Amino acid sequence: MTDTIEQVAVAVTINGKRVKRFVDPRTLLIHFLREEMNLTGSHIGCETSHCGACTVEMDGLSVKSCTVFAVQANDTEVNTVEGLANADGTLHALQEGFRQMHGLQCGFCTPGMLMRAKVLLSENPDPSEDEIRFGIAGNLCRCTGYQNIVKAIQYAADKLNGRAQKEAAE
Amino acid sequence: MQLALLLQRTRFYRRNNEKSCYPTGSQFHGGNKLIPGPFTYHPPSSVAEAIAVLAAHGDEARPLAGGHSLIPMMKLRMATPEHLVDLGAIKELSGIRADGADLVIGATTTQAELIKSDLLAAKAPIIRETALQIADPQIRSKGTLGGNVANGDPGNDMPAVMQCLNARYVLHGKGGERIVAARDFYQGAYFTALQEGEILVAVRIPTPAAGHGSSYEKLKRKIGDYATAATAVILTVSGGKVASAAVTLTNVASTPLFAEEAGRLVIGSACDAATIKRAAEAAKAITDPATDGRGTAAYRREMAGVMTARALVKAFARAKTGA
Amino acid sequence: MNDMTPAQREARLEGVGCKRKRVEDVRFTQGKGNYVDDIKMPGMLHGDFVRSQYGHAKIKKIDTSRAKALPGVIAVLTAEDLKPLGLHWMPTLAGDVQAVLADGRVSFQNQEIAFVIATDRYITDDAIQLVDVEYEELPVIVDPFKAMLPDAPVLRPDLEGKMTGAHGPRKHHNHIFEWTIGDKEATDIAFSKAEVTIKELISYHRTHPSPLETCQCLASFDKIKGELTVYGTFQAPHVIRTVASLLSKIPEHKIHVIAPDIGGGFGNKVGAYAGYICSIVASIVTGLPVKWVEDRMENLSTTSFARDYHMTTEIAATKDGKVTGLRVHVLADHGAFDSCADPSKWPAGFFNIVTGSYDFPVAHVAVDGVYTNKAPGGVAYRCSFRVTEAAYCIERGMDILAQKLGMDPADLRMKNFVRREQFPYQSALGWEYDSGDYHLAMQKAMDAIGYKALRAEQKAKQAAFKRGETREIMGLGISFFTEIVGAGPSKNCDILGIAMFDSAEIRIHPTGSIIARMGSKSQGQGHETTWAQIIATELGIPSDDIMIEEGNTDTAPYGLGTYGSRSTPVAGAAIAMAARKIKNKAQMIAAHLLEVSEYDLEWDIDGFRVKGNPSRSKTMKEIAWAAYNSPPPGLEPGLEAVNYYDPPNMTYPFGAYFCVMDIDVDTGVAKTRRFYALDDCGTRINPMIIEGQVHGGLTEAFAIAMGQEIKYDEMGNVVGASFMDFFIPTAVETPKWETDFTVTPSPHHPIGANGVGESPNVGGVPAFSNAVNDAFQFLGSTHIQMPHDAWRIWEVGQKLGA
Repeated sequence: MTDTIEQVAVAVTINGKRVKRFVDPRTLLIHFLREEMNLTGSHIGCETSHCGACTVEMDGLSVKSCTVFAVQANDTEVNTVEGLANADGTLHALQEGFRQMHGLQCGFCTPGMLMRAKVLLSENPDPSEDEIRFGIAGNLCRCTGYQNIVKAIQYAADKLNGRAQKEAAE
Repeated sequence: MQLALLLQRTRFYRRNNEKSCYPTGSQFHGGNKLIPGPFTYHPPSSVAEAIAVLAAHGDEARPLAGGHSLIPMMKLRMATPEHLVDLGAIKELSGIRADGADLVIGATTTQAELIKSDLLAAKAPIIRETALQIADPQIRSKGTLGGNVANGDPGNDMPAVMQCLNARYVLHGKGGERIVAARDFYQGAYFTALQEGEILVAVRIPTPAAGHGSSYEKLKRKIGDYATAATAVILTVSGGKVASAAVTLTNVASTPLFAEEAGRLVIGSACDAATIKRAAEAAKAITDPATDGRGTAAYRREMAGVMTARALVKAFARAKTGA
Repeated sequence: MNDMTPAQREARLEGVGCKRKRVEDVRFTQGKGNYVDDIKMPGMLHGDFVRSQYGHAKIKKIDTSRAKALPGVIAVLTAEDLKPLGLHWMPTLAGDVQAVLADGRVSFQNQEIAFVIATDRYITDDAIQLVDVEYEELPVIVDPFKAMLPDAPVLRPDLEGKMTGAHGPRKHHNHIFEWTIGDKEATDIAFSKAEVTIKELISYHRTHPSPLETCQCLASFDKIKGELTVYGTFQAPHVIRTVASLLSKIPEHKIHVIAPDIGGGFGNKVGAYAGYICSIVASIVTGLPVKWVEDRMENLSTTSFARDYHMTTEIAATKDGKVTGLRVHVLADHGAFDSCADPSKWPAGFFNIVTGSYDFPVAHVAVDGVYTNKAPGGVAYRCSFRVTEAAYCIERGMDILAQKLGMDPADLRMKNFVRREQFPYQSALGWEYDSGDYHLAMQKAMDAIGYKALRAEQKAKQAAFKRGETREIMGLGISFFTEIVGAGPSKNCDILGIAMFDSAEIRIHPTGSIIARMGSKSQGQGHETTWAQIIATELGIPSDDIMIEEGNTDTAPYGLGTYGSRSTPVAGAAIAMAARKIKNKAQMIAAHLLEVSEYDLEWDIDGFRVKGNPSRSKTMKEIAWAAYNSPPPGLEPGLEAVNYYDPPNMTYPFGAYFCVMDIDVDTGVAKTRRFYALDDCGTRINPMIIEGQVHGGLTEAFAIAMGQEIKYDEMGNVVGASFMDFFIPTAVETPKWETDFTVTPSPHHPIGANGVGESPNVGGVPAFSNAVNDAFQFLGSTHIQMPHDAWRIWEVGQKLGA
């Protein structure tokens, strides 16, 4: 079956670098990133667009890459957790916040959560707790109960807004 | 985007009344990996081109908008189109504008764009209120209005809202353009007036009267879920009394429901408790919900009434009393 | 060192008690975790299952020819292919056998039938669609009570005629075992004399641990060397290696099992699954690496459910509320095969902790395990073995008793707690509780939540409800749980005959940094962070200079893995004991360097100093160099130690949880207004991580109590096995948590730590359920079964005429 299908060119800018590949049109973006580009930070947790572990940024929006074909990403800019750190190599305020506030445990949801939080803060730089909770409702976490994830995002917002950050858990 | 019905039709679930679909000895393919079947990809740049491709391939082709309804179906191999026509690059299909007495929303306008639209927030705030209750942020950034209203999934929220707004769907096919009212569009679960080779290009909404009140009350188990029951209400008030009202229901039958009687009952009232109760009863009477993980049919019918009552009260409170 | 104050030296270690930031986070926040599906090997193939549509059927024919003809398909395995290897069935941890691939019959929906191997996962999926299976349907049993009816269909014909199982006699063709404990006669007498008794069927529904990463593995067999390497999501990698060796006959030293980063476990990743066996066989057959990755629906519907306990609970008491006896009969639904993950001698786990925190003079428990046409498993979903079932049973039972007595449920608990002076306390069902101060914890919790004011508010709301002024009612749920964790002492705990010790190996390098390896395996608990903290405090080397490694069976000492909150009580103890071995040797070296007797030395934060002359001292770092450079004459060079720790007893963490809930009677929607959790886990190694564990466990408990269910219909269809229907709360539904603690160190644990990971799940579920039950009590309700999703709560209101 697959043999007869014409491969399609996909040109996409991933973490600032433009790449071009020929893919089977049914290739899902998450598999393209993980298998073709070896960017294994984005994860697969449910495959039915409920868990958000595969969340990446696409043209400034958060998308679940398990439910996007790679061909739909043609001519877009995709950012993954691997590109989240600052250009000078220091960690992004969110990465720092998640560590400082114990916003992760097993780490499996974390890349998707971080990438979702990045877009959330770009749309709403100073979100309330309820806005954060609503904003990350497409990302499931089984370990943390979200409370420290909320604090981690608040930490990052404080830092990005030039305010002092609150002390960690407890 | 919304998988409950799809999942219920896969190998993972056999409905009691569908036993005959799987007679003993039937061939059954369990255990797939949620990978879509193979297809040829077509990215047309105009509606005309899209329609030509669809026409060339008949029922082997399907249009792809945001993909959050179709891709899950393809992953479950319930949809196995050999040709996928990606509408994403067709600029004319996207956008929100006022056109005379209508608000016009292009089919591939995403839920996120609906939420951000100042025009809609000012003229028809129920659309934003509803979009915010659909799925989650990621899905709203891909999921489109056209996809939500056109695929006939009774769990989708926008069909009832479009019926409430008395919207018209603009369909293009080989034979040109035709218009179908949202209230006439839905025939059964996944069955609509859309014909083979046709695509929905835009939704035309008569701009609701200034000062109208609206509400979309949705009961759901959690973020991302279909409605257990939901009600859309749009009404106008004049002299402290309801002057016009439309009431529609989501996910309590195989199609969205236009609860005409419920709307009629509140006209002339000040939405007093007794009237609200009668309207809620009228709404409940036309429902035919299924028992599922959200609750028994009896519960969901009852909730259609509760949501209707709450939506009416809220919409009435939001309406500006006209002269 | 000398220019630092003792407090600065102490702080620099980041040892026990420090809210140390996690080491793991550096890689996880940058997408550099290394999970099983991230691993690729040259030539790697992908395997996956064709699964049963039916809950119970004969397989008449499997036709793999169309699948095999698909380009890219390498092989399709069925039971017929595994038979010559003797691998079509596998033994379970519970002493039963389980079909690896269906052997002529399927006994639960989604059971594995064939394993398709292809060059990539897309082609594997295409090929699965092309395997044709012919079935003949058989009658299905999904209700454990119906399974025990005399005329119930035989669910396990392979066991027909075998009226003795791994745990004694079977009294019915669908019966697995009966397990009893306690003094039946004395308990019966207590009930016959009782002034007040209650009896209620309390069911704990079937659910699933569902970590965000599903079960997966990558097996690679090297034909030349005869060596097998298996990467997998294993909570107990050494046990998997032993099982793989016993099944495959590959010598254990030629099997390399590696558990890399694991995306959550919660008990789901303890067992050995068909996917592991088939990947290994497929790699041996093809000579290429074979990866198997579950999808979410497979995970929810096949690998290890939890709970499904139906507990008929009776409590006897005096009129003034002193408990005099407890009698529980459990019908335990184990599904199609008994693959419960319990220590071998405990077919019902540690359910006999069911006397809870209360001083029951007598008690008796009988558990009947039965087969049904449901998925096998029976894992401890974030609880020690069957402890959450026991805690739910007794905490619900105590509330029902309080209701019957007309007593406040907090008062009833206070009246019956095991008192501080009773520890060590012998329970009526055979445990020796090592420590606790229940009254202190309960009082602290009641003060913190403002218990009296909440009861007054509730009373006012009930009156307003009865007057028709509101449609909202309020519930106040109490749970005071006692856990039993840290399996376990070799005298009564083993897995496959291997005693449930755990282990640590610590090696200090010449420059004074450390690598340490354990038999435990973190799945998110942060062992790389906390284990280093224990060593830092014991040895005076900063945590940042200590590397922790787990999961590689070639390098780590043998251990039984991480589940049942056993890591801190068992591996944590092994770490402290191994460190103390090193410390003893270090003391000898220091004495040599300082030219004094070792008895003249005392430990001081990060080294040894001469008693009475603290200016003469040697830091551990200096001692480490000397161990490699100038060891005392006659003393072996180097500085390392191994400890295998066989715990003398279990540990008994406890806690007081309060849940305040508001319920909309018109919709059945329940909102948790407040949730307060006080935990006593003994010594607190890292308070930040403890708090995180409690948050996570409470969130799971909330989900379980309020709707998370694996449900089957009458035809054996598993219903709602996806994240659409299986309730995993998002940040919006999840309540906000208030945490608190008391500290009662375990007297027998080297550092007094008890384990905490599972307490919030164990204690949380009864708190939520009791809140729902408490809300409806004033309308005449006695017991409402879980799960408490909105529609079920609404139905309760309807039935009560609310």
